[in-house]
Amino acid sequence: MPTISLQVNGKTVSGEVQGNTLLTDFLRQNLGLTGTHVGCDTSQCGACVIHVNGDSIKACTMLAAQADNASVTTIEGLSQGDDLHPVQAAFREAHGLQCGFCTPGMIMSAADLLSKNPNPSEAEIRSWLSGNLCRCTGYHNIVKAVQIAAGQMSGQRIAAE
Amino acid sequence: MTAQGIGAAVKRREDFRFIKGDGKYTDDINLPNQTYCYFLRSPVAHAAIRNIDISAAQSAPGVVAVFTGADVDASGAGGVPCGWLVTSRDGNPMKEPKHPILAVGKVRHVGDPVVAVIAETLEQARNASELVQMDLDELPAVVNMKSALQGGSSVHEEAADNLCFDWELGDQAATDAALAGAAHVTKLDLVNNRLIPNAMEPRVAIGQYAPGTEDYTLYTTSQNPHVIRLLMGAFVLSIPEHKLRVYAPDVGGGFGSKIYHYAEEALVTWASKHIRRPVKWTSDRSEAFMSDAHGRDHLSHVEMAFDADNRIIALKCETLANMGAYLSTFAPCIPTWLHGTLLAGQYVTPAIYTNVKAVFTNTVPVDAYRGAGRPEATYILERTISKAAQELGVDQAELRRKNFIQPNQFPYQTPVAVVYDTGDYEPALNKAMELADYAAFEQRRAEAKSRGKLRGIGVASYIEACGIAPSSLVGALGARAGLYEAATVRVNPTGSVSVLTGSHSHGQGHETTFAQVVADKLGIDIGNVDIVHGDTDKIPFGMGTYGSRSIAVGGSALVNALDKVIEKGKKIAAHLLEASADDIEFANGAYTVKGTDKSKAFGDIALTAYVPHQYPIETLEPGLEETAFYDPKNFTYPAGTYICEVEIDPQTGSTQIVSFSAADDFGNVINPMIVEGQVHGGVVQGVGQALMENAVYDDNGQLLTGSYMDYTMPRADDVPSFKVATLAGTPCTHNPLGVKGCGEAGAIGAPPAVINAIVDALKEYGIDHIDMPATPEKIWRAINAQPRMAAE
Ligand code: FES
Ligand code: FES
Repeated sequence: MPTISLQVNGKTVSGEVQGNTLLTDFLRQNLGLTGTHVGCDTSQCGACVIHVNGDSIKACTMLAAQADNASVTTIEGLSQGDDLHPVQAAFREAHGLQCGFCTPGMIMSAADLLSKNPNPSEAEIRSWLSGNLCRCTGYHNIVKAVQIAAGQMSGQRIAAE
Repeated sequence: MTAQGIGAAVKRREDFRFIKGDGKYTDDINLPNQTYCYFLRSPVAHAAIRNIDISAAQSAPGVVAVFTGADVDASGAGGVPCGWLVTSRDGNPMKEPKHPILAVGKVRHVGDPVVAVIAETLEQARNASELVQMDLDELPAVVNMKSALQGGSSVHEEAADNLCFDWELGDQAATDAALAGAAHVTKLDLVNNRLIPNAMEPRVAIGQYAPGTEDYTLYTTSQNPHVIRLLMGAFVLSIPEHKLRVYAPDVGGGFGSKIYHYAEEALVTWASKHIRRPVKWTSDRSEAFMSDAHGRDHLSHVEMAFDADNRIIALKCETLANMGAYLSTFAPCIPTWLHGTLLAGQYVTPAIYTNVKAVFTNTVPVDAYRGAGRPEATYILERTISKAAQELGVDQAELRRKNFIQPNQFPYQTPVAVVYDTGDYEPALNKAMELADYAAFEQRRAEAKSRGKLRGIGVASYIEACGIAPSSLVGALGARAGLYEAATVRVNPTGSVSVLTGSHSHGQGHETTFAQVVADKLGIDIGNVDIVHGDTDKIPFGMGTYGSRSIAVGGSALVNALDKVIEKGKKIAAHLLEASADDIEFANGAYTVKGTDKSKAFGDIALTAYVPHQYPIETLEPGLEETAFYDPKNFTYPAGTYICEVEIDPQTGSTQIVSFSAADDFGNVINPMIVEGQVHGGVVQGVGQALMENAVYDDNGQLLTGSYMDYTMPRADDVPSFKVATLAGTPCTHNPLGVKGCGEAGAIGAPPAVINAIVDALKEYGIDHIDMPATPEKIWRAINAQPRMAAE
């Protein structure tokens, strides 16, 4: 079994994995990071979205072995200590979650969107998030949450300048 | 209203764990020494089992045990029970064939579990399952309901004609007479398409047996852990309640699909005793498609009769309802008592008659899915009345208005058994029309036409029955359980409160709304209230969450328990304040002697109850904890009007929802933010049914839509943002909060609103109906099959 070593949420971790172990399983089973969810077996629900080297990806489409040497952020690593990431805070603010199962993937997708497109239109938000299924919210409040987060983050950037 | 009390849009307290990835769902639980179960399922729809050879699988690497139906049978375990007995119109009980945990003798649908393989790892269990030899003798599959009833192959020996029951409600003679004498009759054949619920969290079950104490624990993704304990303990495995704990932690959505007791729950629990180790099963999505109960699947013929003044005088409806291969927990009640009883809708309809034939087929069992019976009833009424408006040449909104039950007619006895306690339907219609800018629609249609698009508008005015229901009534109608709810309010010595509720939250936000009720009633900070649910070891009893019953029934139980707490506190306060208990008032978190400023804070009373030094100990027990069971007096009847506006591209047949407006009367509302969220989610499920979702079987009973590649779910870019108004409304008259329930309305009202809009857009082609789901292909074919009527 190959041994892999990677950065997960800022910490170096290593472990032995089988060649066919999915990254989702490695995160959930080996590292106990159960915030990354598995909602399908055809890579279509987005419950498993994490960031690998700064890009959002569906962790169920990646082998753990492919993440060797990568830098991974999961939902557990998105906030800085007790300070929520603006997207996390906005999801609560806008009631962008109900059962919470799609939420980690949604938040990780939305955070990546805003890092690449700080001021997306509603259509751009909906299009970006079309890889993430939510069965509870009807998306209305998720879109609102992303808009709130975009406003927050641009406010922060202006304040920082 | 206080900032945290009833009516306030309090942000959800449960969100913190979910947004941090800290939720604890069943699959996040791993027990020491746990094994993994993989179910080998039938690959065919219908076959006799000749032989199952498990020997090679038994000796495969890592395998701990392999079980078949024969093993389960030999242990004396029962089948998966059905919780509702429907009686046919000839007085005979429904046919109720056994539903074995693992198939015995025959397999009856693709996905029917046949063998359970348990191993050290999931991969080993899965690999070993490939070594099982299933020798099956294929039989003709029963798929289509109409041909199922014509004989041939039978799903069950007990029901040679595949008829489960043949039920009726209403006055057939009066209805037929009214139809015969009507000025106009609108007729329609309707398909209510089969849906697959698809909560985003797949089902999971972990069984654990403790040999030392002979206790069992089942961790499961359930909407009602006490009901699972009752069904599995009493009917399947003969485990008494005190030896069986059922725990449903965070559950990732249910929509009905997690109400039922499933075979997998029983198997892992049963097996954990045999192998003396925990057994975990996690459904993958493909498995969920063929093992979670499906929803809807009705075929109906409707006739609606009008007099010369366009008043509805009768409704007749004949329905075939698919039960699938076995009767799931609530299946028989969905097309009957949750469907036929809603056929008056919001309208004065003097005569109604409905006949429902329930049919066994070689398909996955069908049971309640968000709305359950009420979406089917609403679709029947609301499609038909819009078609009638078209035929009569009148406006679809005005035809509804004309036929509404008037506010002074409540309580209103419908001709289909139920009594609506309260309602007022015009304000919702008016509000929806205002939100939708109904008056200016024809300009928008013309503008769209100039761009080559077909624009249409559709109205739907729904009613539903929530908060199921008085136990004596449902008992008379066939329910094999009571349908009350229980709540315990435990006031801790320092004045904080733990609520133990039998309702279960899997997205509804009870940890916030139930706490708001407590904060409001006791005048304490919401942060001092904890809502505990989902664990039969912690909560005295409960019937769970479905049918939009949590706040109406569970919330009422909570209020009654709070009232008992307040009453007991009055006696303690009277003692401390040296007054008579009759003179003590409780308000804003303090007990006061009427007309004085002598007062004690609620926290002081709590402390005194647990440190009873100065206490009426002769007449009052120490402690401050009360339990209430609440049995509702009636259903509640939320109602509203939804208006959908679509644009269709005639070149491709694709539909875009350009606007959707919803106006609802849910009675009193605890948290408007959460209520609106429920509407959004329900509407999108309804839009999904109307436009894209469809479970399709081929003639051999193979599920063609077995993954997200083939079963289309609404995504963020398929729907717009919504205009939602929750009206002040008409509070429920028979529960203490005046609440009605809001969880299913969206899924009930949306499908006819969408289809009515599509048909309105297509009317210039002479198209008067499109079946759900109205896919681009279906619309394109309809457009291209019709000679164009409108002059070019
Ligand atoms: S688990 Fe569904 S996309 Fe990864
Ligand atoms: S919040 Fe339940 S699936 Fe999105």
